[in-house]
Amino acid sequence: MKTLMTLLAGSITLAATSPALAMNKNEPRFTRVIVDQLEARDSDEGTVMAWEASGWHGGDLNKLYFSTEGERLMDPEHDGEDASTEAAETRLAWNRAFAPFWDWQLGVRRDWQPDDPNRDWASIGVQGAAPYLFEVDANLFIGEEGLTNLRLEAEYELLLTQKWILVPEIEANLYGKDDPELGIGDGLASLEAGLRLRYEIRREIAPYIGVNWEKQYGDTADMTRAAGGKTEEGTVVAGIRFWF
Amino acid sequence: MKTQSQISLPRRRFVQGLALGAAGLGLGLNARQLLASQGHTGAPTLTGDTFHLTLGGTDVNITGKTRPATTINGSIPGPTLRWKEGDTITLKVTNLLPETSSIHWHGILLPFQMDGVPGLSFDGIAPGETFTYRFTVKQSGTYWYHSHSGFQEQTGIYGAIVIDPREAATHTEAHYHADRDEVILLSDWSDEDPQHIYATLKKLSHYYNFNERTVFDTLSDFRNKGVIETLKDRQMWNSMRMSQSDLADVTGYTYTYLMNGQSPANNWTCRFKPGERIRLRFINASAMTFFDIRIPGLDMTVVAMDGQPVNPVDFHECRLGVAETLDVIVAPKADQAYTLFAQSIDRSGFVRGTLTPDAALSAAVPDMDAPPPLGHTEMGMGAMDHQASGHQSMGHQSMSHGAMDHDGMKMGDMKHHGTSPARPVPFAVDSNNPDLPPRDSAIEHPASEFGPGVDMRAMAPGDMLADPGIGLRDRPWKVLTYADMETLGSTPDNPIDSLQADREIVLHLTGNMDRYMWSFNGIKFADSVPLELFHHERVRITLVNDTMMTHPIHLHGLWSDLELGNGKLLRKHTITVKPGEKLSYLVRADALGRWAYHCHLLYHMEAGMFREVRVVDGSTTPSMPDTQTQGLHDTHGKDHGGHRS
Repeated sequence: MKTLMTLLAGSITLAATSPALAMNKNEPRFTRVIVDQLEARDSDEGTVMAWEASGWHGGDLNKLYFSTEGERLMDPEHDGEDASTEAAETRLAWNRAFAPFWDWQLGVRRDWQPDDPNRDWASIGVQGAAPYLFEVDANLFIGEEGLTNLRLEAEYELLLTQKWILVPEIEANLYGKDDPELGIGDGLASLEAGLRLRYEIRREIAPYIGVNWEKQYGDTADMTRAAGGKTEEGTVVAGIRFWF
Repeated sequence: MKTQSQISLPRRRFVQGLALGAAGLGLGLNARQLLASQGHTGAPTLTGDTFHLTLGGTDVNITGKTRPATTINGSIPGPTLRWKEGDTITLKVTNLLPETSSIHWHGILLPFQMDGVPGLSFDGIAPGETFTYRFTVKQSGTYWYHSHSGFQEQTGIYGAIVIDPREAATHTEAHYHADRDEVILLSDWSDEDPQHIYATLKKLSHYYNFNERTVFDTLSDFRNKGVIETLKDRQMWNSMRMSQSDLADVTGYTYTYLMNGQSPANNWTCRFKPGERIRLRFINASAMTFFDIRIPGLDMTVVAMDGQPVNPVDFHECRLGVAETLDVIVAPKADQAYTLFAQSIDRSGFVRGTLTPDAALSAAVPDMDAPPPLGHTEMGMGAMDHQASGHQSMGHQSMSHGAMDHDGMKMGDMKHHGTSPARPVPFAVDSNNPDLPPRDSAIEHPASEFGPGVDMRAMAPGDMLADPGIGLRDRPWKVLTYADMETLGSTPDNPIDSLQADREIVLHLTGNMDRYMWSFNGIKFADSVPLELFHHERVRITLVNDTMMTHPIHLHGLWSDLELGNGKLLRKHTITVKPGEKLSYLVRADALGRWAYHCHLLYHMEAGMFREVRVVDGSTTPSMPDTQTQGLHDTHGKDHGGHRS
């Protein structure tokens, strides 16, 4: 993982966009970084900061892809709790265009958990635009000791005006096997849905407000309940989206 | 008047340069005057047979911000070069830029080493070096010149060429006489670094489009067209994952449109005496912008296109493609001012100038039109389906002839083969060149079109030469089309060059808008091999536009004789191909060497819509395809209306 990270950082610095020439047969490479969500969530435990960001570097067909997402408790409501990162994951993948609207991805993922053991996964997935321009991202993660996680995500951008954009999204996580250490059971473990309304000050910068809802199912929910946790939570969110 | 046009602009449209006009007046100077000593056309005119041009970096202020530009002899546009047919001219071009540069003489017939394309003609002009171009001028008319290196054309390296005919009055008809001669050079300027524009397009291809369809457009369609029709229509676009508003990649959001280097606010002005006949030499020197040009209240008569004289035709508006030139005669009788109005194809901005007998007079500036949505025609589902309102289902592909008949055109006769060829013209097949696969018909999509780089393929491309194009179809006035014109002196019985082709080459214009990839036949330049033409052979190039954008296709060094049907030819150097269109032109490969062949939209060219064409010595009767291909080819003449499934 570390090696891959170094590789990623190295390739980004090395291949800054080269000056274009009309007769250039070398394909120029570009780098895009998008912080899709950087938001505060008004949760029962206190204010949670959540982020979701990704980036790519490469040419038309082959790209190096990187993403990170996670949550951090900022100011706990309950005494005795510290501000802490609750969960985070990072992914690194080779992204290859295979159809006009579709790419496949082959990569690795690491989950970072402060109290529980970290998990490493290999990943294979597709992402792209389905008809009706639904942005779809489907990944199968294969972890140690036979753990598997299927994650399905879909998102849609609904233009209210050229600058006000409403974004519904949904994410489902399914597991092939119990992971008791992390309190995850097999089958459908969780659903998350969001609705965010953003205003693009420029294309690159858009503050937004919205709601986010998460619910656990099946054995996962049972394990959470047994541990005295909540299995469903809705939050109001406010944040900013930007890219460069 | 200025205020009015400002107020009436919907918020999503952008016209830049207005603020500067006011500021410039206050200071008693404007952007142009800051740049260079100024001739009447915004650039000095240089005449003679020896020219010195210096390419350099200059700061300009066109929008109110001082930005770096690249200039020729310190001005944008560069000087107008006035040559004489038959002269041997010498052009010494000195490059003071910190990067390699070049000048390409657009539309000029010359030895390929003088054509100015780095990598094909020569190595380019290194920083600090001078390159001497020398060639004999074999033609007359309106042309232009520009850098063929990087994005220098976007940042200001372009200028006009006017070539006087050897005989002062080659065309003695009254139609061609003019008392006054003016270059109207249109271009697009951005304060952004073009490298940044290109990177932005690669990251978010619709970045500059602020005319995307919204929820409220759909609701309004529900009311106007009914829910079912709207959903059907939306179903088509959505299943193709295409934007219905994708008329231009780079728009007035970043561009300020210029006329002879002047922003709309600066209002380039030409004085005339009522009763004078004025020859306006329109040149579209933009990087990315198609202009719809008109002069409200004034008839125009076209006398030449791409420098080549045509039979005169009266008209009121025309769409000028990037790199095309158009000579028109206007004869304003009244003692009043007229506005030269040129709006971009996507209606995101305009430029205007004034023709006036008196500096105190000015004319109203028309409002821009509403941006037209793309229709079935642009999706390649059948040419000239004027309404595009969902009456045709996707399977209905035979409407083109009916719709054409409605225009009173006998399009059924507009086959490629104006006179019956003695034998079927073979499609060029070359197993070493993926551009030349065996084909059943011109509209058959080669295998290379099926990949991540191609997001759509026209199902029923057709003749659209008489189609004014999107946004101009419902004009109450005459819009000039290619079908209206014919090169002067060319008749079906005695054409300027043979109507018979030795071979036919088919290229599909392809792209993936979202990935911002552009190509021919799905193969971008980097992956292509040169197209070989044999010296002196006559080749028919058929282009099929499989994208939803309009592309100006330019072949260097050789004329492109556009086939209008019935043996009519229109001699051009740049041919605009509309979405869903299929057209063909004949090329006489009479100049040996390596030539560039590309889409003249700068960022499309950069992305790979580019080929090298090599004219090589060889058999003048190129190898014939095998009998199987020939047999298949017998049906070729009938595929015109898109009957292939």
